[in-house]
Amino acid sequence: MSTLSEQILRACEGEFVDRKVDRAYVHDGTGVLTLEAFEKISDHIENPGQTYVIFDHITPSNNSTTATLQAELREFALDRGLFFSDIGGGICHQVMGEDVVLPGEVVVGADSHTCTLGAFGAFATGVGATDMAAVWASGETWFRVPETIEVNLSGRLRGPAEAKDAALTYVGRLGMDGATYRALEFTGAGAGRLSMDERMTFCNLAVETGAKTGLFYADQVTCAYLAANGRTGTVQEQQDCRYERTIGIDLGDIVPVVAEPPRVDSVRPVADLEGLPLDQVFVGTCTNGRYEDLARFAAIVKGRKVSVRTIIAPASREVLKSAVNSGVAADLLEAGCTLLPPGCGPCIGMHMGVIGEGEICLSTANRNFRNRMGVGGQIYLASVATAAESALRGVLTEPGNAL
Amino acid sequence: MKIEGKAVCIGPDIDTDIIIAGRYLRTKDRRIWSEHVLEDLDPTLAPRLEGAVIVAGSNFGCGSSREQAPVALKEAGVRCIVAPSFARIFYRNAINIGLPLAECEVSCHDGDLVSADLEAGIVEVSGKQYRTRPLSPRMLEILNAGGLVGLWKVKG
Ligand code: SF4
Repeated sequence: MSTLSEQILRACEGEFVDRKVDRAYVHDGTGVLTLEAFEKISDHIENPGQTYVIFDHITPSNNSTTATLQAELREFALDRGLFFSDIGGGICHQVMGEDVVLPGEVVVGADSHTCTLGAFGAFATGVGATDMAAVWASGETWFRVPETIEVNLSGRLRGPAEAKDAALTYVGRLGMDGATYRALEFTGAGAGRLSMDERMTFCNLAVETGAKTGLFYADQVTCAYLAANGRTGTVQEQQDCRYERTIGIDLGDIVPVVAEPPRVDSVRPVADLEGLPLDQVFVGTCTNGRYEDLARFAAIVKGRKVSVRTIIAPASREVLKSAVNSGVAADLLEAGCTLLPPGCGPCIGMHMGVIGEGEICLSTANRNFRNRMGVGGQIYLASVATAAESALRGVLTEPGNAL
Repeated sequence: MKIEGKAVCIGPDIDTDIIIAGRYLRTKDRRIWSEHVLEDLDPTLAPRLEGAVIVAGSNFGCGSSREQAPVALKEAGVRCIVAPSFARIFYRNAINIGLPLAECEVSCHDGDLVSADLEAGIVEVSGKQYRTRPLSPRMLEILNAGGLVGLWKVKG
């Protein structure tokens, strides 16, 4: 009997296999290097229709150097008939989830958070630019089929606790290299109760444990999401397979947590650090920039004012459209938040919302590495509700306890 | 494949943001990456990397998939990285761009002479030998061609 990774890659753990890639994508950051490597090895794109170029990292561009690099890649993508999503379309993982990926597919992205798409029951993993160039040229790549750690979810989230709190909790338990080269499978009754937005948050953080990917089995929730987006998926069954080990998480035990800089696995209850003064709150990214996230934030701040600068970056144009149509965007603006165009926003400290020396940002992203959002700044990672309550008070605040 | 160099010792969990910060990625100029490599860890490191073997703690190269990280180290003159474990995307990227890695825990000081025989799976530090997992034939083939681009040129 096989793990989900073994089922999709059609080989046993530990084996090296060459596999045809169903979907391959790059963004404006990694695409530039991919193109450079590609031009050295080939002139032929094997599967242009399954090759995606999605601009999200520095969008719109911040200076003419970036603009020129982006122009080259844009021209190439359009010339070769690749799928191209220009500025404002959204973060690559989100766009691929909304428009493209199906259960059972083999997906590679030139970005480490490609694992986000494991939420759809796809085998999705990040590769570097040179690997991606070879995928463009040949349509395939090699994999070592990973061993799997099962993360068995029971119960259901309660009170202000969110999928993000549960995800940070498993990262804290496994540690930053606790699953290196492994796959994580999220199983159990608790997994079935999570929405697709929540599943993407879980899978997004898998790479922060060193994992190659994180996967959910496609079920009725997955198929309903796909149907709403005009796609058809099939349900996957968990087999009686052998896991390297299993960790259990009762979602009912999860409390709001933060990851302290500079380690994603440095996870503590928000209650322990309450009152920490903040200079900026940032809500967005491939971890927590989806519609459910923006709506939750808006529900908390609605009718009040944030007391620290607060930046909201929707993960995609679809997310922004939903937020506009439902009135969520207006609530955010009324509360004093700054709304950015869809994309990565300040996540990597290259563009918009960079923080200064000694500043502290509370962020809903996935990485709090040293200097990531700006030299000398510090990043605390938390859930959307924690970000909202903290934005209102200007200091780190446990959700549910504000005012 | 045999490699030799002077050790530069650094700690565990060196992430790719620390190896080359996001603010230096908006370019194809490799010199900018090599000049600023590991700057946020120790701004005096970059000039000491020419001909060096980096000896690091576990989980080297964790974080983003940016290939500029191994490229920056290679351009700065790093000959090999020795660490008990590597993050998987970094590992693959390093081999693909022709930067050799050895998975093994050694005891070492700055400046010690380190040699690595990747086919045999042996690392030697100041005369003391350590075993490392030998690289797979596929990885060795890529490294011997100077990277994946080189291999494509040979094999077509
Ligand atoms: S939002 Fe942040 S973590 Fe996600 S793809 Fe963009 S830069 Fe990477």
